[in-house]
Amino acid sequence: MDLFEYQGKQYFARYDIPVSPGGVAYTVDEAVTVAASAGYPVVIKAQVQVGGRGKAGGIKLAENADEVRLHATNIIGMDIKGHVVKRVWVEHASDIAEEYYASFTLDRAAKKHLLMLSAQGGVEIEVVAESNPEAIVLHHIDPVDGLTLDQARAVATEAKINPIAIEGAADMLVKLYGCFTRGDCDLAEINPLILRPDGGVHALDAKVSLDNNAAFRHPEWDEYRATEELDDREQLARSHDLQYIGLDGTVGIIANGAGLAMSTLDVVNQVGGSAANFLDIGGGANADMMAAALEVINFDQNVKSIFINIFGGITRGEEVAKGIVEALGRVDLRAPIVIRLDGTNAELGREILANAGIPESTLISMPTMLEAARAAVAIANASTTENGN
Amino acid sequence: MAIFVNADTKVIVQGLTGGQGKYHGLRNQAYGTQVVGGVTPGKGGTTVDIPEGGSIPVFNTVAEAVAATGATASFIAVPPKAASAAILEAAAAGIAFIVCITEGIPAQDEAKVFNTLVRNYPHTRLLGPNCPGIISPGKCNIGITAGEIAHVPSAAGPNVGIVSRSGTLTYQALYELRQRGIGVSTCVGIGGDPVPGTNFIDCLREFQADPETHAIMMIGEIGGSAEEEAAAFIKEHVTKPMSAYIAGVTAPEGKKMGHAGAIVSGGKGTAQGKMDALRSAGVRIGLNPTEASDLMAEIVAAL
Repeated sequence: MDLFEYQGKQYFARYDIPVSPGGVAYTVDEAVTVAASAGYPVVIKAQVQVGGRGKAGGIKLAENADEVRLHATNIIGMDIKGHVVKRVWVEHASDIAEEYYASFTLDRAAKKHLLMLSAQGGVEIEVVAESNPEAIVLHHIDPVDGLTLDQARAVATEAKINPIAIEGAADMLVKLYGCFTRGDCDLAEINPLILRPDGGVHALDAKVSLDNNAAFRHPEWDEYRATEELDDREQLARSHDLQYIGLDGTVGIIANGAGLAMSTLDVVNQVGGSAANFLDIGGGANADMMAAALEVINFDQNVKSIFINIFGGITRGEEVAKGIVEALGRVDLRAPIVIRLDGTNAELGREILANAGIPESTLISMPTMLEAARAAVAIANASTTENGN
Repeated sequence: MAIFVNADTKVIVQGLTGGQGKYHGLRNQAYGTQVVGGVTPGKGGTTVDIPEGGSIPVFNTVAEAVAATGATASFIAVPPKAASAAILEAAAAGIAFIVCITEGIPAQDEAKVFNTLVRNYPHTRLLGPNCPGIISPGKCNIGITAGEIAHVPSAAGPNVGIVSRSGTLTYQALYELRQRGIGVSTCVGIGGDPVPGTNFIDCLREFQADPETHAIMMIGEIGGSAEEEAAAFIKEHVTKPMSAYIAGVTAPEGKKMGHAGAIVSGGKGTAQGKMDALRSAGVRIGLNPTEASDLMAEIVAAL
């Protein structure tokens, strides 16, 4: 789960990482109130999870309440690359002497934590990596040992951080590492991490991505979850605990396992169709989840056929079949189902489907993944042509 | 021969009295795997009945189970909160091969467990977490694979070794080969999590050395760089013929496709890049699991 900048800053604050004084505002009046307590001049920043907001006019400096009103009025409700700005972050404008970059991630190849530090912050780090790779210091950390202040100091020195900022930067790095590990982040990034003329350092931006698998030990994440921007289909899927991603094709996809689901997308594409979604019902899905998955797919008006591709391991064929029968009794499906069912108890499942008295116009069973894909695509394409789309 | 597990492998199930552990542990036992014990803290001294007759003893700790049964492998089927501790307990008790099917372990825990194993228990191999397990058809099945979809290897060969990052695609590969009558020496599902205990290269090295394996089929997916690293290894060290399939050719960039692993970002970890790397290492690439299996059938026919 990716956090908005203001949430990232609030999360940083939990781990004692210094950020500019400020607050979030949903209305112009709130922005004026926050600005007064943050202290003028202030910066008003659009809160969207997309790059390029500065260029789009989503970041403005304000010297007084009138300017806050003017800019907040413009920014709230603004559309930035398809993202509507619902809130702004208003913070005290900092004097900047220098800008650095710092981040922690997991290096999957090395199987260690990776600290990246650069004295060239404030620009996209990918650009620095491309044009001036030696300006980025990479430091691997064994997760068992963690990061000490001495190591952080050495990395800061190696990165040629201004000597007066070394102590502050090292302290920040240790705190950011604490946020990354104890805070269960996939990514904790500060760009820019600034040095002020008074010699202090703090985080001027915050990019935080949380590991959803760790949600069970972070009740404080609930409020972040509430602000995630999902479309209606994704919202419905979330409430049923299904891994769903909306796409824009016409073949609805339900598969068990992320790999098989991706493979199903590939095969549908190869036989001339397009997938309406990615939906992984996961391992051990039961009848109830299958019924819910069909409801989610059914919500999508573009769906012209539904391809259910199941290879049972933990998932049992009879549960899948029961779910389909249940769903057919519960919802009026907008499109016919093509199913391919194999693996654990598949025969039992096929038997349940065959004996449920479902007409062939509603459900067709196919022996292989390829044949099922062809059938589903044929139905979808025929239906699209009929409707003149 | 086979890799990692064979007919002599004695297995305990951590979580044998739980829903998943019992269901799959008993299925593994019914397949012919030597499931010699279970571990559930607080339930030591009880037994789990085998439907066909007999029972499996349950112990309070892995150490007790190992002492009583001589087990060298463990199948971990416990919830995410308990999985890290279960893995480390098995390693500390001297288990050499751990299969953990648990899905949803936090990445921070996984990284810590992996590095603890490397440092303190170098002789323990972890398969998973979040993987379907391993099957050496006709000999041993640990995990959630339906044993009947795997074709038993023939003494004369040729037989194929399978290594896969995706659970269900592992079954798909086994099934496709069975339909073509091709025997499988061992099929390893390494799982799609960010820090897998066993990676492609670990399996490729073993398959290359295994006299019962004559060709290798590999199933990868988008995200990360494991397939690219495998390609570099294949170029240098693998002489047995290979086919491969990479899932996610049509996946949109920047979207997380269920697995922590399956995400394409900034043009890195794309299916195309992975296929190119494998192709340049001499691996034949299928654009879907069926095509990769057809290619494997051609390879086997030519052996």
